[in-house]
Formats: sequence, C-alpha cells, structure tokens
Amino acid sequence: MWLKDSSIGRKFVMSISGLALVLFLLFHGCMNLVLVFSEKWYNIICETLGANWYALIGTIGLAFLVLVHFCYAIYLTIQNRAARGNDRYAISGKKEGVEWESENMLVLGIIVIGFLVLHLYNFWFKMQLAEITGGATAPLEDAANGAKYVIALFTTPVCGQIYCVLYLIWLCALWLHLNHGVWSALHTLGWNNLVWQKRIKVIGTIVATLVVLPFLIVVCYYFGVGVGMLC
Amino acid sequence: MAKKEEIIEAAKETAKKVAVKAAQKAVEVASEVVAEAKEALEKAAPEANAKANANAIITPEMAKIPAGPLELKWTNYKNHQKLVNPANKRRLDVIVIGTGLAGASAAASLAEMGFNVLNFCIQDSPRRAHSIAAQGGINAAKNYQNDGDSVYRLYYDTIKGGDYRAREANVYRLAEVSNNIIDQCVAQGVPFAREYGGLLDNRSFGGAQVSRTFYAKGQTGQQLLLGAYSALSRQIGKGKVKMYTRYEMLDIVLIKDENGEPRARGIIARNLVTGRIERFFAHAVVVGSGGYGNTFFLSTNAMASNGSAAMQMYRHGALFANPCYAQIHPTCIPKHGDFQSKLTLMSESLRNDGRIWVPKKLEDAKRLQAGEIKGRDIPEEDRDYYLERRYPAFGNLVPRDVASRAAKERCDKGYGVNNTGLAVFLDFSDAIQRLGKDVVAQKYGNLFQMYEKIVDENPYENPMMIFPAIHYTMGGIWVDYELQTSVKGLFCIGEANFSDHGANRLGASALMQGLADGYFVLPYTIQNYLSDQIGVPRMSTDLPEFAEAEKAVQDKIDRLMAIQGKRSVDSIHKELGLIMWDFVGMGRTAESLKTAIEKIDALKKEFWSNVYIPGEANALNNELEKALRLADFIEIGRLMAVDALHREESCGGHFREEYQTPEGEALRQDDKFSYVGCWKYMGEDKEPQLIKEPLDYEFTERKTRNYKN
Amino acid sequence: MDQYIDIKVRVWRQAGPKAQGHFETYELKHVFQGASFLEMIDILNEQLVAEHKDPVTYDHDCREGICGMCSMYVNGHPHGPDSAITTCQLHMRKFHDGETITVEPWRSRAFPVIKDLMVDRGAYDKIMQAGGFVSVNTGGVPDANAIPIPKPVADEAMDAASCIGCGACAAACKNGSAMLFVSAKVSQLALLPQGKIEAAARAKAMVAKMDELGFGNCTNTGACAAECPKSVSLANIARLNREFICAKFKD
Repeated sequence: MWLKDSSIGRKFVMSISGLALVLFLLFHGCMNLVLVFSEKWYNIICETLGANWYALIGTIGLAFLVLVHFCYAIYLTIQNRAARGNDRYAISGKKEGVEWESENMLVLGIIVIGFLVLHLYNFWFKMQLAEITGGATAPLEDAANGAKYVIALFTTPVCGQIYCVLYLIWLCALWLHLNHGVWSALHTLGWNNLVWQKRIKVIGTIVATLVVLPFLIVVCYYFGVGVGMLC
Repeated sequence: MAKKEEIIEAAKETAKKVAVKAAQKAVEVASEVVAEAKEALEKAAPEANAKANANAIITPEMAKIPAGPLELKWTNYKNHQKLVNPANKRRLDVIVIGTGLAGASAAASLAEMGFNVLNFCIQDSPRRAHSIAAQGGINAAKNYQNDGDSVYRLYYDTIKGGDYRAREANVYRLAEVSNNIIDQCVAQGVPFAREYGGLLDNRSFGGAQVSRTFYAKGQTGQQLLLGAYSALSRQIGKGKVKMYTRYEMLDIVLIKDENGEPRARGIIARNLVTGRIERFFAHAVVVGSGGYGNTFFLSTNAMASNGSAAMQMYRHGALFANPCYAQIHPTCIPKHGDFQSKLTLMSESLRNDGRIWVPKKLEDAKRLQAGEIKGRDIPEEDRDYYLERRYPAFGNLVPRDVASRAAKERCDKGYGVNNTGLAVFLDFSDAIQRLGKDVVAQKYGNLFQMYEKIVDENPYENPMMIFPAIHYTMGGIWVDYELQTSVKGLFCIGEANFSDHGANRLGASALMQGLADGYFVLPYTIQNYLSDQIGVPRMSTDLPEFAEAEKAVQDKIDRLMAIQGKRSVDSIHKELGLIMWDFVGMGRTAESLKTAIEKIDALKKEFWSNVYIPGEANALNNELEKALRLADFIEIGRLMAVDALHREESCGGHFREEYQTPEGEALRQDDKFSYVGCWKYMGEDKEPQLIKEPLDYEFTERKTRNYKN
Repeated sequence: MDQYIDIKVRVWRQAGPKAQGHFETYELKHVFQGASFLEMIDILNEQLVAEHKDPVTYDHDCREGICGMCSMYVNGHPHGPDSAITTCQLHMRKFHDGETITVEPWRSRAFPVIKDLMVDRGAYDKIMQAGGFVSVNTGGVPDANAIPIPKPVADEAMDAASCIGCGACAAACKNGSAMLFVSAKVSQLALLPQGKIEAAARAKAMVAKMDELGFGNCTNTGACAAECPKSVSLANIARLNREFICAKFKD
C-alpha cells in the first residue's frame, strides 16, 4: 500500500489529514466567535452539534484524523531520525530561508496535542460526551448551556486568566504549526511551482492566521471580561 | 643482282659481328655493375637497415583507412565491416576504462547492443568524470542557423584549426557523425538552450565563421555527460554493464593467441578503497581515460586526471602519437600563489562578447601591476585590443593557440595587467552597454559568479583577468581508423587517443569527438575485431599472464612504498609542472627542450629515491595513488619534450620559437614534418623509437592558417 | 583585500567505516585568504605528510564546482558558509584570523563514511539506475529539432538538470531525505517531451529506490534548496510529488 510504504505516500496522508483538520479548526473557530456576539446562537449551535448521529460521525472522523496525523507523525519522525545515521553533526549552522517551525513540527504538534487533551477534558468531555452519556459523567447542571459554561471557565477570577494564558500558548504553537503545515501540505500534494513558491507560503500564513484568529478573539475577549470582573 | 645480294650478305655479316661484340661488351658491363651494386649493397646494408628503421612508416593501409572518396569512406566502411550476431554478443566481454563522454557513451552503447561490459572509473561515481567540466558547447554541422554550415565546412575548419596535422578520413567521419550526436543527446533529455520558437539555439566559437555550437548554459559538458551517464545507468540497472567505481587500472594484460600475436585480454586494477589488486578478463579492452594535461601540475584538468592508462598501453607496444601537442587555453583565471592546486577555465564562449585587451602604454601596465589603478580606469583610446588589431577577420574568436600566444607575447613585452604581470583583460563593458547587464548575466551568469567567488572581484564592473593555461592534449595513443591501437584488441577513444584534432583543437570539438567515438564510431569498429573473437572462450584470470602482470604491479607499489624518502608527492609534481611550463610550455626552443629532458631525468631519479608515501599499500591511500600517477607523468613529460625537440616546426599547440614568421606567427615545415610522430616504447630508460604516419592530404589543400583576412 | 591568517582546523578523523571517529584539531599558520578551502586542506596534508602522519582523506576532483565530488560539512554547512558554491569554490576569505574551523563528513545513513571526510554516495547512483533516464538506445532517434520545446520549459528543465549529485541536500536535511536530488532528475525529464512518456514510471521507480535505500521522508524544511550549491529549486519536489501521486492514482 503506497500510502504506508512510500515516503511520498506517507506524506500524502499527513497532508490530507492535516488539511482536513485545518478545515475543522476553521469551522470550530468561527463557531466560537459566535459566542462573543450572541450566547443564544452559540447555544443553538451547541445543541445542533450535541448527541446527533451526524455530530457523532463527525467526532469519530475527527478523532480518526487526529490519530492518523499523530501516528504518522511519530512514524515519520522515527524513520527520519534513523535516516540521519548514528553520528550527529557537531555544528549545525542556521540555514538561510529555513523556518524554525518547519524543523520543529513534531514539538509544535505535541504542544498542540497536549492542549487538545486539556481542551477535551474541559469542553468536549463535559459538553458533548455528557450529552451522549446522558449526564452520567457531567458535572454540569445544564449540558446544553455551553455558553454559560465557557464564559464561566474563562472569566472565573485567576483560574480563568490562567486558562486564557495557556490557550494563548496553544494558539501560538498552532499558528507556527500551521504556518509551515498548510503550505507544506499543498506542496506535498504537488500544488506548487516556481511561480507560486512564494505565494503559496503567503497563503499558508493567511490560512494559519485565519484559523487562529477567531480562537484568539474569543480568548482575548473573555480575558478582558475576566480582568474587568477582577477590578 | 648477284652483286646486290653479296653486298647485303656482307653487311649482314658485319652487323652480326658488331652486334655480338656489343652484346659481349654489354654483358661484361652489366656483370660489372651487378658486382659493384652487390658490393655497395653489402657495404650499405647495416646503414640502410638502420635508416629504414628510423623511417619506419605507417601506411594508410596499416591505418586501415578505407579507400574511396572522402565523403564515402565511412559509409563504405560500415557497409563492409564484419558484424557480430546478437547471440554471440552475449558471449563477449568488453572492458571500458573511464566514464567520461567517450567511456560512458561507449559502455552504454556496447551494452545496448548486447555485449557484456565491465566499466571502471577512479571516482566514486561515473558522473564525476572530467568531461563534466566542459563549459562552452559542442559543435555539429546542423546548419540550423542557415549560415552556410555543412559537414564539409566543419571538417575543413577542424582540419585547418588543427594546422593540417590530423588524418583527413578521421576528421571527415567526425564531422559526419556530429549531427547524430545532437539528435541522440536531445532524445536523452539533454536540455540544450533554445530560442523562443522552441528550436535549438547556437553560439559561435573560435576558429569558425558560422554558429554551430550547441550549448546548455555554461554547463554543456555536464549535461552531455549526464546524458551519457543516464544511458549508462540504464544499462547498469539492467545488469548489462558491471560498474566498478573507485577502481584504478594499473596494467593491461596481453595474452598471445594461437599465432603468437599478443592481444589485450584484461586488466589489473586496484580497488582504491581497500587497496586490493584485482584481475579482470575481457575479449577486448577500450581505454577512454582522458588526456595527460596534469603533467604540468597546474592545468584545467581535474585533480585525478592522469596519463597512466596511456603509459600502460605505451609500455605494452601501443604507439604514443604527437605527445608534444598540448593545448593551452587562453581564458583561464590567472595563477595567484604557490599553494595553487589547479587553474580554472573561463569558457571560450566568453570571447563571443568579451573583448581582450592590455594597456597601450607600458606605464599604465606598470600601475596596474602595482595595484594603483584598475582596468576600468584606463580610457578607451589607451587600450590595445590586440587580437582585433592583429587578426581583423576573426578578432577575439581566433583559435585557442593563436589567442594564447598573443597573450604571452603581450605579457612578455611587459603589458601584463595583474601583480604577477601574467594576465590580460577580458572586458564585457561593451557587451553590457550593447545588450544590457541582464542579457549578459543570462548568457554568462554562472561563469561570472564563478570568477567572482575565486578572484573576489565583480566582473560586471571591472574587466576579468585571464591568462593561458594547459587545458587539453591533442596527442595521445595512436589508433587506426577503427580506433584500435597497435596492440590487437586494445582500443583507445576520446581525448586519450590522438586522432582528430591534429596539432590544435577547436573549441567545442572535444565533446564532439568524445561522443562521436563512444556513440557512433567504436561500437561499429570494435565489431570488426570482435567478430573474429567469438570462438575465444572466457579465460581464467589465474593464467600466468595475469599473475605476472599482477606481480609487476605489486612490485612497483612495493618499490614506491619502500623509498620512504623526504619529499611529498605533490612537491615533486609541482617541480615537474614548473619544468614543463618553463621549458615545454607555450614557446619552446631546442635549447629549452634539451634542458627540460635533463631536468626531468634528474627529477625522475629524485622521485625514485626520495619520495615519501605515508600509510599502507593495501588500504585506502591517496598519496600512493598520486605517486603511481606521478611516476607516469614524469615519463610523459619527458616524451613530450623528446617529441617537441624532434618536431622542428611550429604548428598548432606546438610552437618552436626558431620557426616563426617575422610577424610572430607559427611557421609549419610541411615538407619535413607533415606526419604523425609516433613513439614506440623500447624499454625502461631507453630512447623511444620514432615511427611516422605520413599525412598526405589528398582532398584538402594545405594552406598557412590565416585568421587575419 | 586578502590577508594571511592563522587558523585552527578541527577535522573529523575516522579510520574506516566501522571505526569510531573523533575530532582532531590542527593549527595552520600563515594561510592566504585567496587560497581555496581545499588548497588549505592540501597545505594541512603537506604538513601532516612532513610530520609522517596520515593525511586527511577527502573527496575532490574537478575543483571548479561541477563534478560534485567534494563533500565537506564546514562550520555547520554542507560546502561551507557561502551560498551557491561547492567546497572547492569556498575561499579562505570567508574565515577570519584565529578562527577554529570545524570540518565534518556528510552524515546520513545512506552515505556511510569510508574514511575521514570521504563518504560513499553510491546510493545516488542506484537511484539513477532505477529510472533516471530516457529509454532510448544509441541511434535511430528523430532530428534534434523535430519537437520544438518552449524556451521557458527548456530553461526550467536546465535549471533542474544542473544538479551535480554531490549529496549536500541529503546531508543538510534533518530527515536525511534525498527528495531534492530525485526531484531534480524527475522534473528535468518530466518537463521535456522526450522524457514525458516514461514520467510516471520513472517517478515511481526512483522514489521506491530512494525509500529502499534508507533516505528519510521529506518534510519540506527547505534546508536542501538553501544549501544546494546549484540552487536547485524546491518547486521540483512539488513536481515530483505531483507526478508520483498522479501515477499512484492512475494505478
């Protein structure tokens, strides 16, 4: 199977799974943004994406994508380290035009995954999973009132601000990951040439920013709200 | 009536008597003459024999030149040569030494035909052979530019450029197959430069008035070699070529056939990584090992380029032809210090747009040498564009030998433009003004960049400095029309042989000759030999001939390793290089050549008694490799001097100062030296014997080369 | 202006493929900055030979930046701290008086060290043998001008073809990937009509061989193109990916 056995095949899988996750994040971010404008609408969205069959399939799909992306990343990294050989360079100079993030995708990915776990614990676990299991695991009084919960989490004095800062770190890592990941995925799929070389990197940066921006706005907004409550 | 009869009778009698007497006298005289002649003959015999030897001659028949008109010779040859059928080809092994344009193309073509090929190179990959460094281009008589080119014109330019010292039949064949080469390379995916219409572009080169040079940026040699390398790689992948990289041939193995005639049957080679000496058998051996320019230490050749394969052939009876014809390329980056390891060539194509000059005034030259001013500071009217002045018709595009000598002449007079006084300017300011910097950059950008990296000066702003350097050797192992040496079964192709360039090679012709030999000549002609070999079984490498050859190689290595003297290999090589450049260089005299021979003999003694080689013989040992090559360079250097001394004329790359016109142009002596000077090895430390192959120009009139008008 | 400088050279010494390697530091006095880097190594070797020590083994041949033989990792860069050149074109004017220069061999599993700074790059040849050619025999080909090729296409093919097979791309890559090398050849031949016919088969065969020989997976860091002495473009890798993925989908 070429998706497993050939280097380009493996990279193809990384690209496709990565791009799919980017699309999801874009959607997720937009959804979050709604919260800033209207709690009611946010809750409607939450409800729509509760314990429905399509939301469930989506969730399973996402989990699969993350798993594939993650496992392939580990597999590729192990292979790549082996390809380097046993002796490392004593001195490794800075290479012109090589982005830092491109050489540290795994580290960035792990940071992203780490926060993903926290995120799942805080939200998915308490929101969608709670609905699915019918509130058996839910500490929330009202699983459907996501807005209230989210606002509470980010604005609770001190604890909420710490969350905000953690999320900022996560967003930084995500932006760096995507800043290389998006154009790299397109490149791996073959969508690049001499003329588009620079443009495609710019597109990558724009997409990374578009993905991160909604999340960032939400976090910053409630950080502000939280700090206001503190004063 | 009766009286009348009597008178007749009497007359008859008298006549008879007179006749008899005369006859008797004649017989007497005749026998005397015979006796005298016999006596004279007896007296003269030893002298005559010696004379006959000294004038040993290779006839066109011996050189296997086909009969018939010039343009039909190759066709006739191909029509009548013997072929080997496919089933038999599988049973025949051919060793090819070298993976340059000639070696790689020959190995690939022979394998495609069905022969089993064993291919050897000293580098880590066949793609590294020094053909890769050729920059400018490759000639072909395509006449795509509609400027009047033809096979005949390419032939004529090559013969004329070679100063009428090449074989007509060979050169014509070369011009004929030149077109096939371009077709072949394009089919292989060689990205030649193209015009906007999508068709192939051409540029012009020295010694021609048409644009017939095909090119791929400034990397034509690289692209052509990679084409041949890819064809070779394909055959290696198929298993038809067995590739041996990092192997160096150290001897050729000859085995006598049933008639007692020695034939090349294999080689002894050293695995350069392990140091092991190994034996290889084949039905024929083809050598495409390049030229011997590194005899001069400083040359444009690669560091590992060497003449050892040629010397091995020579020692086994192959003739070394015209060793003194070495080409000095006019446009190289000048030497900058004693530590220098090689000279870098700037492509001849630069002379398309660059103008060569030195200052008109000696004081300007002095200030340049002192570093007080730069080339751009000298006003137009004080510049001496000496090539344009001396050779109005060809200007900056005169052949290489002419351009080199002209540069030397100016520098000898004190007009040199760098700190050593050994450089002239190659100026692009006109071209930049005419075409714009972008166009110039597009054409020559990579060469300009190379120059800037080495010299640390921007050639767009300040004229380049250039000086002649040893570049190519026209001389080489003598081969017949079939590219076979005087040893049966031993073939020699590419720069390693002597065949096509006469006394001087035109630019962009080396690539043409290498590929012509490898793709289109040898694969045909070798069959004429191999067709007789189909009955010869593969021989064991345990035969005594192999064992002896291996032992001789081992003994030589042991002898070198045992010297443990005080001098490094490079220091002796540099000394040889200086001797060659000073005494066998651009201007030679009988006196300088005699000095060279003396000095080389002394250096040989020094080498064999005082060289130091560290490390072990049976391991990777670069110093040992270099020492083995240097031992042969010393012999070649001497042979070059001997040949140059005997050739009392100036022609092409060989300039004897005694033989020049009042204007300083080369003066050929066609009545005495219109022959190929072939040297036969007579034994260690013995003078080689001269054998001549007369060059009777049947189809072309010999003229004094004229690039003036 | 070029000066004379004193330097220290820290060179990787390794007796053989299996031997343990180590750094050795040598002092060199009065080195002219106009000398090339390899000429400096020559001077060092002359010094070592004079002291009856084993000279540093390294690959080099044409010394004009085209054969691709030289292969040194100088101060953390393949071919040293200068752009678009090979080690043989690197000059001592890039270094200053008193500097310690670290010289290492290419380090990549597919390029095992033979001795000191000399590595075995036979893997690149094997990839070429797997498909880096147009399958034409000598003779019987059409006229060179039979198929016009647009100049921009020919130029792009030429740029890809300028690869010298030195191995700097794999050596510079943190993943030990040979993608730039493979893609340069695949690109060159896929661009030209002569090579297009076999383009899909070629991409598959060369990538399969590359993977088999233990090169890593490309993660598009761009280190290869940044360090390539011939400035071969990353865009070639995109073309290789395209050719390969299309070929696989067609199967």
